[in-house]
Amino acid sequence: MAAPIVRTRGLCRDYQVGGHLVHALAGLDVTIDRGDFVAIMGPSGSGKSTCMHLLGCLDTPTGGQYELDGDDVSRLSRDDLARTRNRKIGFVFQTFNLLPRATAQRNVELPLVYGAVPRAERRDKAAAALDSVGLAERAHHLPTQLSGGQMQRVAIARAIVNDPVMLLADEPTGALDTRTGFEIMALFQDLNDRGITVILVTHESEIAAFARRILGFRDGRLVEDAAVTDRLSAADILSGKVAPP
Amino acid sequence: MNLVDVLLSALDSLRANVLRTVLTTLGIIIGVAAVIAMVAVGAGAEQRVQAVIQSLGSNILIVLNGTSVSGGVRGGSGSVISLTEDDARALAAEIPSVRYAAPAVRGTGQLIYGNVNWFTSIQGVTDDYLIARDWVIGEGRSFTRAEERAAAKVAVIGRTVAERLFGGVPPLGQTLRVRRVPFTVIGITREKGQTPFGSDQDDVVFIPLSTAKKRVLGGDRVRGDYVGSITVKVLGPEQVAQTEKEVLEVLRRRHRIRDGKPDDFFVRNVAQILEARAQSERVMGLLLAAVAGVSLIVGGIGIMNIMLVSVTERTREIGLRMAVGAQGRDILVQFVIESVALSVMGGLIGVVLGVGGSLAVAHFAEWPLILSPGAIAMAMGFSAAVGVFFGYYPALKASRLDPIEALRHE
Repeated sequence: MAAPIVRTRGLCRDYQVGGHLVHALAGLDVTIDRGDFVAIMGPSGSGKSTCMHLLGCLDTPTGGQYELDGDDVSRLSRDDLARTRNRKIGFVFQTFNLLPRATAQRNVELPLVYGAVPRAERRDKAAAALDSVGLAERAHHLPTQLSGGQMQRVAIARAIVNDPVMLLADEPTGALDTRTGFEIMALFQDLNDRGITVILVTHESEIAAFARRILGFRDGRLVEDAAVTDRLSAADILSGKVAPP
Repeated sequence: MNLVDVLLSALDSLRANVLRTVLTTLGIIIGVAAVIAMVAVGAGAEQRVQAVIQSLGSNILIVLNGTSVSGGVRGGSGSVISLTEDDARALAAEIPSVRYAAPAVRGTGQLIYGNVNWFTSIQGVTDDYLIARDWVIGEGRSFTRAEERAAAKVAVIGRTVAERLFGGVPPLGQTLRVRRVPFTVIGITREKGQTPFGSDQDDVVFIPLSTAKKRVLGGDRVRGDYVGSITVKVLGPEQVAQTEKEVLEVLRRRHRIRDGKPDDFFVRNVAQILEARAQSERVMGLLLAAVAGVSLIVGGIGIMNIMLVSVTERTREIGLRMAVGAQGRDILVQFVIESVALSVMGGLIGVVLGVGGSLAVAHFAEWPLILSPGAIAMAMGFSAAVGVFFGYYPALKASRLDPIEALRHE
C-alpha cells in the first residue's frame, strides 16, 4: 500500500486570544488513505475549520507533525505552503469564490497560471476539467451567467485541474438548494470513484452520509472516527432509485 | 505567473469600474498634460527668441538718438539728434569687438513705378548695415563704396516692394521714384518674412546713406553729419554685454556728457530684451512644472487610495488566489502592475490632452509649438514611476494577507 495522503501526529494549533491560550486543535492523530472520502463534522468552535486549514496547508501548526502525500509540511514557509497547495490540494468553498470577471475557462486555469503551466497546456487541461464536471459547453460564460450549481462545478473543475492528491471541500453545498446539493455530492462521489481523495467539511449529517468515513470534532479534539455503514449514493437519489434522507 | 496573465487580470479589474478608474487617474492626466504643455511652451518660446534674433540680425546693438528734456517736457525717442557718422566710425575704430558700426537713417515715403505707387519704409544705409542686419542680396548686388561716396541714385528693394510695385516686371535695372527722386534698382533682398511682432520686414527700400540724406530724407530731422541710428555688429554673442558698456563709454565721451548727466542716446541690446522675455516664459514653464509635479503626487495619492480600496474589496479574491497557489510575490506583482496600468493609462490620456492642448494653444495664440518625443517619454516614465511608488504599499499589504482571514472576509 502506498503512503497515506494525510498522516498527522499530535497536530496542535493554539491561538492567543486576549491573553488566553486557546487550543483550537489539541493534538490530532489521524491517517487518511488514498482514495478515501472523509467528512469532517462538528459544531462551531469544534476545531473542524482549524483542522481543515491545517490539512489544506493554509495555516501552520503550533505543534505536532503533518505529512501530506509522504512529505512533512508542518514547518514550511509561506511560499512553500503556497507551492504545496498549488500542486497537491484542490479547494472547493461554500461561496464558490470564482473571479467575477473571468470566464469559467479562465477561472479553472487559475491554479495552472500560478503553477507556471504554458498557455496551450493550460487551455487543454482546463477544458478537460470542465468537461469532467459536465460544463464543457459553458467554458466561455462568466460566473454571473451561471447558476449556483454550475458555479460550484466550475469551482470543482478548478480544484481538480492540477491533479491534486486531495480535494478539500468546505461546506460545498451550503449555498445551494437541496437538489443542486445532491448533484454536487454526486459529482464528488463520481470523482472519488475515479480515485481522487476527498475531504469534506460539513455540519449536515445528510451530507456526511455520502462520505465513506466520518471524523467528528468537539472542543478541539477528534471524538469520533467511524466508517459510514449505510453510505448513500447521490446519483441514486437524483435518479429516484433511493429516497432522499 | 507570467506578465501577460498579470496584465490581462489588471485590465479586467480596471474595466470593471471605468468611471472610478478615470476619476482616479485624473491627477495623473493633469500632471502629464502639464509636463507636455510645459516642455512644448518652453521650447516654443526658445524657438521664437531664436527666430527674432535671426531676423533682426545676430549679435547686434542698436544705438538710437536720445530724448530731450526741456523745461520739464520730455520729448520722445529721437527728439534729440545726437548720433553722427563720426560716432559710428569712432565706435568701429575704438572698440575691438565691434565688427561693423553702420549708421542709418530711416523715413517713409511714396514709391512710384510707371503708374503704380506704393508707400513704404525708406532706409538710408551702407553695405555694412545690410551685412550687420543679416540681409542677404537675392538678386543683383548691394551698394559699392563708390556709390555710397557719390550719393548715387541706386536702390536695393525688399521682396514685398518688388512684388507690389513691379508686379511681374523684373525690377533689376528699372527706374523707380522714391519721393519723386528717380533711382535705379540694383538689387533685391532675399525674403525675411514677418517680424515676430507682425510687421513685414520685406516692405522696405534701401538707398545709400549719403543719397538719402542729400536727396530724399534730408529735409527731415537728420541734417549734416547726423544719423538716425547706428547698428553695431559685435564679433560674438559672449562679447555683446561688454561691447554695450564700451559703446556707452565712447559715446558719452564723444558727446561730452558729464558724469551724472543722462545719456542723449539709447543702446538697445535686442538679444537681451528677448532673453528677458524668454526668461519670463521659462518661469511660466517652471510654474507648469510645479503644477505637473503637484498633480502627479496628488494623482499618485489618489491611486494609492483606490488601490487600498481595491485590496479591501478584493480580499476574498486575494485569499482565493493564495489558496490555489499564489505566493506573496505573485500578489504583490499583480497589484503593482494594476497600479502601474492605472497610472500609465492616465499618462496616455494626459499625453493626448497635453498634445491636443499644445496644438490648440499653438493654433490660437500663434505660438510656435515644439512637441518633443523625449518629453512624452519622460511624462510616461514619470506616470509609470508614480504607479510603482504609490501602488507598492497597497500591493505589499495585499501580499501579506493571511489566506484564511482573506477567505473569510465578507
